[in-house]
Amino acid sequence: MTESFSLRDVTFQNRVFTASGTFGYGDEVVDLVDVDRIGAVITKSLSLKPRDGNPPPRIVETPAGMLNSIGLANIGVKKFIDEKIPKLEHIGATILANIAASSVDEYCAVMDMLDSFEIIRGYEINVSCPNDRDGGLQFGPDPAKVAQITRQLRKRTAKPLIIKLTPNVTRVSEFALAAEAEGADAVSLINTLIGMAVDIHTRKPKLSTVTGGLSGPAIKPVALAKVYETFKAVKIPIIGIGGVSTWEDAIEFFLAGATAVQTGTANFVSPACAVNIAEGIAAYCKSKKIRDVAELVACWTHPPTSRWCKAGSESYCAMM
Amino acid sequence: MITEQIPVIQNEEVTEGIFRLTLRSKQIATGAVAGQFINVRVSDSPVPMLRRPFSISEKKGDTISILFNIVGVGTRILASKRKGDLLDVLGPLGNGFAPFLTDQKFELAVIVAGGMGVAPMPFLLSSLPRKTESIVLLGARTAGQLVKTGLDNLSIATDDGTEGARGNVVDLFRKRVAAFDPTKTKVFSCGPTRMMQALSAVAAKHSIPCFISLECDMACGIGLCQGCPVPAARGEKKYVLVCKDGPVFNSHSVYV
Repeated sequence: MTESFSLRDVTFQNRVFTASGTFGYGDEVVDLVDVDRIGAVITKSLSLKPRDGNPPPRIVETPAGMLNSIGLANIGVKKFIDEKIPKLEHIGATILANIAASSVDEYCAVMDMLDSFEIIRGYEINVSCPNDRDGGLQFGPDPAKVAQITRQLRKRTAKPLIIKLTPNVTRVSEFALAAEAEGADAVSLINTLIGMAVDIHTRKPKLSTVTGGLSGPAIKPVALAKVYETFKAVKIPIIGIGGVSTWEDAIEFFLAGATAVQTGTANFVSPACAVNIAEGIAAYCKSKKIRDVAELVACWTHPPTSRWCKAGSESYCAMM
Repeated sequence: MITEQIPVIQNEEVTEGIFRLTLRSKQIATGAVAGQFINVRVSDSPVPMLRRPFSISEKKGDTISILFNIVGVGTRILASKRKGDLLDVLGPLGNGFAPFLTDQKFELAVIVAGGMGVAPMPFLLSSLPRKTESIVLLGARTAGQLVKTGLDNLSIATDDGTEGARGNVVDLFRKRVAAFDPTKTKVFSCGPTRMMQALSAVAAKHSIPCFISLECDMACGIGLCQGCPVPAARGEKKYVLVCKDGPVFNSHSVYV
């Protein structure tokens, strides 16, 4: 049974990644998790300069989810190179670097600093953080900006380039098309949905920034719909994100059109969930006599769009 | 630090609405030091989704206990756990009081606990270096909210005066502080933020080292989410994390 898939010349051993900002830089949890069994570990967003992040409170639990306003707190790309990369070289994980920036030049500068390190197998570009006033958010809602960033970064790297998209727009597929047109190898979606919560006793917002990003099982139906919308629009692979907590969730995303998934909020509850979900997918495939997880991608019976295979037919699915 | 399913040994209501939950885990008990915490998944359901962090209150053999009061849906579920139930626990987590017990010699530990801040103190008392004297200043809203198990040399303050002095525990400390030799005393505290702010100020005024255990809403408890920052008063970082850098801090190193 084949679990792996490739972007460019990088083969991922399975289709479950850990989402940026939910798994540190990859080296923190090696005592708890077999990180070498995760499809890919995506680093916390790296910016050119270190960022302190937003004031507390930064998180609040909501029904079946949580709001966060971390504000891209990170050690900066230089410290990442000096302190984290030497550690990452020994943990056996497939590492993708997530980059956040407030200008096209800054995205390029961070990538230029990272690109020579072999341990960095590819990139996910954050053009969609809802908690960053001058960062990703100003790019996320404008397809032309996303195209511009993708074009500049594509010129600079031969490694896989994934553009992470925000759901806080009218049609996410327009952004996916823009990324695809400029040479992105895949798109990942969705980043968090803008949300808020208010304490009715103190009459204060529960986050210091008032609004934040909603994640967790609560957003899974939204994420599935966005993946479905995007799948109909683009040919490049889609990496589904949004409330993936179980292997059943992952398969639901595959059926909606995702080639792979990322676990995010679920890592906070079960740091090893990505490994467990990958095992669950494999067991499901074996029990259904599926030879390659790729057979599941967009392999459902409705709606009868030409890109969807008919029930029981594997020929269309194999295209993915 | 491990994550595992561990059995409930006992869950008793020690006083009105306050529970002591005892769990068996050789690995967690063996590794734990006073002031560390565990992050408990109270149910498999997505509501409530996140783990709940609790100070380790006592360690006996291969068991640990936590102390909690019912404040919401998570602790209500936890209160319903019975002997033999399994709980998914991540721990032991964070930096406890341990570094501050050995870094500089002291002869008197003044323990100041407010409300549920009493939780880590029995474990701390049993971890003090030999021959260290200790006194405990314990505060609560009312007599019925006092949890005295495992504490010696107690002085009590209650907001309503139903037991001990009427007033707060910082007042108790203020009355006695002149008698503490700053070169031989350390203050260890846990409680409401404002109580620890006031206490830290009094201790600083008298040059007595003061170590505080902070509480914060957390998601992961292990530094992944960056969700529990507290402003740092020293060093290059603007914030430190309660879960990973704490929960116990020198009161001079953070702005609580």
